[in-house]
Amino acid sequence: MILANKAVENAADHAVAAAAANPPGITKLTENAELFVMMVLLTLLAAITLAIIRQRNMFGVVILAGIYSFLMASVMIILDAVDVAMTEASVGAGISTVVLLATLHLTQSIEYPQRRSVLIPFFISVVVGAALVWGTSGLPAFGAKTAPIHGHVAPTFIQYSADHKMPPNIVTAVLADFRGFDTLGEVTVVFTAGIGVLLLLQGGWRVTGNGRRSEDDDEQQGMDSSGGTA
Amino acid sequence: MKEAILEFAQHYNYFITIFLMISGLFIVIARGNLIKKLIGLSLFQTSVYLLYLTPAKIHNGTAPIYDYAYDTYSNPLPHVLMLTAIVVGVATLALGLALVVRIKEAYGTIEEDEIFSKDPEAE
Amino acid sequence: MRLDLILRVGAKLILPFILLFALYVQFHGDYGPGGGFQAGVISAGMVILYAIIFGIRAAKQVAPPRVVEMMVPGGVLIYAGTGAYTMLLGGNFLEYTPLAHDFLHAHEWGIFSVEIGVLVTVCGTMIAMFYAFAERGRS
Repeated sequence: MILANKAVENAADHAVAAAAANPPGITKLTENAELFVMMVLLTLLAAITLAIIRQRNMFGVVILAGIYSFLMASVMIILDAVDVAMTEASVGAGISTVVLLATLHLTQSIEYPQRRSVLIPFFISVVVGAALVWGTSGLPAFGAKTAPIHGHVAPTFIQYSADHKMPPNIVTAVLADFRGFDTLGEVTVVFTAGIGVLLLLQGGWRVTGNGRRSEDDDEQQGMDSSGGTA
Repeated sequence: MKEAILEFAQHYNYFITIFLMISGLFIVIARGNLIKKLIGLSLFQTSVYLLYLTPAKIHNGTAPIYDYAYDTYSNPLPHVLMLTAIVVGVATLALGLALVVRIKEAYGTIEEDEIFSKDPEAE
Repeated sequence: MRLDLILRVGAKLILPFILLFALYVQFHGDYGPGGGFQAGVISAGMVILYAIIFGIRAAKQVAPPRVVEMMVPGGVLIYAGTGAYTMLLGGNFLEYTPLAHDFLHAHEWGIFSVEIGVLVTVCGTMIAMFYAFAERGRS
């Protein structure tokens, strides 16, 4: 019942506060400023991508991929996707950089020059890109409130949080409650991938060597157990 | 002229998304190094994040965390989809890298051409 | 023993705060940005940082591989178990309303339980993956 009182109180404050948050004169300015910052960050993203394509030292590529992830997280902040930005900053720049570096340590860190011609892949990419650019002309403008995506289920989700039926963070509410079954599937995929990595790297079927997973107790003499597999 | 520039600026997100997408595609097709291929694949994947998140944004909106002071929120649904996609993406990237490690141990190289030359059936 | 004293002391200083931040992200996920996925990755990042600086053997005493491997399916079981429990209470699979009398409280409990499951699986998977790659380099 306290909640109901609070809701009424909030509704009264609502109009005043909303007007204070968005005074009409500033809106156009913030809109353009957002657009400008976004364009700068996106241009930087494109530059990093070109550097990734050209760089042949794989260590450099991995570091560039980390920079790319941080830039992408910044773009996501401007797109108001704070949860996604947090995930991208911790996963893309943290975990995936560590895993890539570990792989480089296990393999090689130089990419050999290509013997094949890049003309056909370039042609394919340009044709696909041109087709997609032609398709963008039908997409709604950036930040338009009238875009069809905003009309269907999103108002319901927001209304549930506004009515104090769900926690204030709408993303968490949708993730764990409205689409809980979907998230169960995603967690299962993470679980499956983890099991796959464990089977591939720690499984008992190595190419050479005595073929059993290393535990703490045999690490002392573990150097000769399966070294020199190549 | 001014309308054309504004039109370009409002669709700039999509253009960069497409550029990232075809860059990832190009790396996957043209480069022979398997780790580079996987990085290209994750570039492609990141462009999909951008493709989903761009239409979710509303001008003068705020992040989808409810507070009575705001009445415009960006669409939470693409955020949810992309949040899980990022974590699933790194898990599958690690799975691919584990396969690369096994290929390196079996063939001694991670360059596609050399693997093919060592594997006569693949030609 | 080596010249990485600053790294070791600095890491020891920030490690508890990383864990605290992970817990904050986990339990404040209803009210601010965050949730099980982010908290799992951040807490796994803490263990990985510890392993990189102090060696993987020291990290294995903090997070034993057996526990980590049990966390990988454990989180999925917690998640699916929440759904099964709500079915036992008479609701649908993952319908949280029967968990408590108040609608908001029931759903907050459901979200809490599910996010714990996500945290456990994601954290366990990331640490297990790191152990797998790091051990492959040693042997």
